[in-house]
Amino acid sequence: MKFRGLIFANLFRKKLRLILTIGSFAVALFLFAFLAVVRGAFNRGADIAGADRLVVINRISIIQPLPLAYRDKILRIPGVKAVTHNNWFGGVYQDEKNFFPQFVIDIENQRKVIPELKVPDDQWNNFVKDRRGAIAGAKTAARFGWKVGDHIPIKNALFGGESTWDFNIDGIYHSERAGGDESQFWFQWDYFEERMPQSFKGNVGWYVIKLDSPDNAVAVAKAIDDMAANSSFETKTETESAFAAGWVKQFGNIQFLIMTIGTVVFFTLLLVTGNTMAISVRERVSELAVLKAIGFTDRSVLFFVLAEALTIALVGGLFGLGLAAIAVPVLAAALNGLLPTLILSKTILALGLALAVFVGGVSGLLPGIGAMRMRVVTALRRV
Amino acid sequence: MIRVDSTGKSNSLIQVRGLDKTYRRGGEEIQVLQRLNLDVDKGDFVAFMGPSGSGKTTLLNLLGGLDVPTHGSITVAGDEITHMSGNKLTRWRARHVGFIFQMYNLIPVLNAFQNVELPLLLTKLSKSDRRKHVETALGVVGLADRMNHYPRQLSGGQEQRVAIARAIVADPTFLLCDEPTGDLDRKSADEIMELIIRLVKEYGKTVLMVTHDPVVAKRADTTLHLEKGVLVEAGELGVAAGGVA
Repeated sequence: MKFRGLIFANLFRKKLRLILTIGSFAVALFLFAFLAVVRGAFNRGADIAGADRLVVINRISIIQPLPLAYRDKILRIPGVKAVTHNNWFGGVYQDEKNFFPQFVIDIENQRKVIPELKVPDDQWNNFVKDRRGAIAGAKTAARFGWKVGDHIPIKNALFGGESTWDFNIDGIYHSERAGGDESQFWFQWDYFEERMPQSFKGNVGWYVIKLDSPDNAVAVAKAIDDMAANSSFETKTETESAFAAGWVKQFGNIQFLIMTIGTVVFFTLLLVTGNTMAISVRERVSELAVLKAIGFTDRSVLFFVLAEALTIALVGGLFGLGLAAIAVPVLAAALNGLLPTLILSKTILALGLALAVFVGGVSGLLPGIGAMRMRVVTALRRV
Repeated sequence: MIRVDSTGKSNSLIQVRGLDKTYRRGGEEIQVLQRLNLDVDKGDFVAFMGPSGSGKTTLLNLLGGLDVPTHGSITVAGDEITHMSGNKLTRWRARHVGFIFQMYNLIPVLNAFQNVELPLLLTKLSKSDRRKHVETALGVVGLADRMNHYPRQLSGGQEQRVAIARAIVADPTFLLCDEPTGDLDRKSADEIMELIIRLVKEYGKTVLMVTHDPVVAKRADTTLHLEKGVLVEAGELGVAAGGVA
């Protein structure tokens, strides 16, 4: 493009200002990408939740148990296809900072209810036969370098005093769904029940229910809660998606917080770049007037100003998103599974770039229109 | 031949008829040009003189299609420009007018070559053809060896030469010079005037120039005086009051 030289020459007119403006975009886009990644991580549970699954917890709190006896009662409710139960274990592997979620699972029903978490059949069969067997998520296995056949000691103080539980890694599971949780660690209910204190025996943490059809969700949830009503263990049943969303809400209104920060950042960016472009145009009013005098149209002048603003936005945006692409995996590793998987998706990158272009376009539009409407005679008189 | 008394049609390159320009400032009307008539032929070199506020620059702006008159008409090479739309007028300027300003008005971030190339970016010329034209124009003004220099690396006289090269590179119909030597020392001013005269004599350019400097004005073929918006006197080379031979 023959105007490229003119556009770039103007861009590099004030190098420090150019660097700072690009830096503003880079910081804003980095922050945007980071916030979007965190938001995505918190929402992923709800996004990938099975539409045909319900989660049943104690009405008081998820840390309160539910009777194991509810399993058969739930199974008898029309619309229920399968039921499995889990329990939080809360053990520590080597050091407390090595956090990953450990669940006690019901080996008979786990794969019926949550089929998307795939374990090879031979590994699963070994696991079923091995009372101390465990299945690790691919992410956690990779994190600690575990492989099938490894012996893993996990300390626990929640059940029966501080003790070490030994596990054999019999299998590694992968999620079929993109962004699925591959950080869990499963072991058998029988092994757990064998060592749990008498006071806890006969209880489970929560139930996960597979429905015949998602259409039955409301009716089945009501039937379960009605079944447990007025008992010592009243239940709260909701879809897996609602459960995941509720879980996120425990951390506060993440969505609102992120949207607020993002809006403030982009509004500030708009003001900063708009002001920069306005100054940049004001500084060269006479030059733009000369361009118009020698035959450049009003639209050409608008194009030059917009092209500069958009170039700054694009370069800054790409720089910021590039930084995020480097930083997010580092951050994810540093968080050690404290947050759900941090993923900088193509959608976030595309949205970030679109936002950068939008802000760049808007910030260049007003000064550009001013330059476009500027009367040559008046502008030349200012020289 | 330059005339300031014609009212009918003529074959002149530039015909100005009954030109009025009135500005409104704070509710007050200021008439800058009044019923001005002018004929300029191809190859003429005319200087406009007059006190500040006499309307010299306004006349130049109107002739260059940078401003529109309140009344009257301006016809250049058969095109009446006074009723052209904004975009058409811009295209007309690109094709027909070369501007030379007092302050040179070069783009500081472009080197001499790029500054001179600017008007050619509006044409369909290829890159290599543009280069040939720019080199020729810079050669005419004697700055072929400075094409990679930026304005800050040039003297005032050299900057004005680059501006002249920019004005002539697209081979416009006429040149409009607004105090082309106003910011230069005498020696540089003389050099610029020599160059402008060469453009008239050797290349047949038509030049209309505004100046305060009588020494500079004397170099033109004809000097016209503007006073309170009226061409009241015609200068050298046999020009009589009210008419120019």
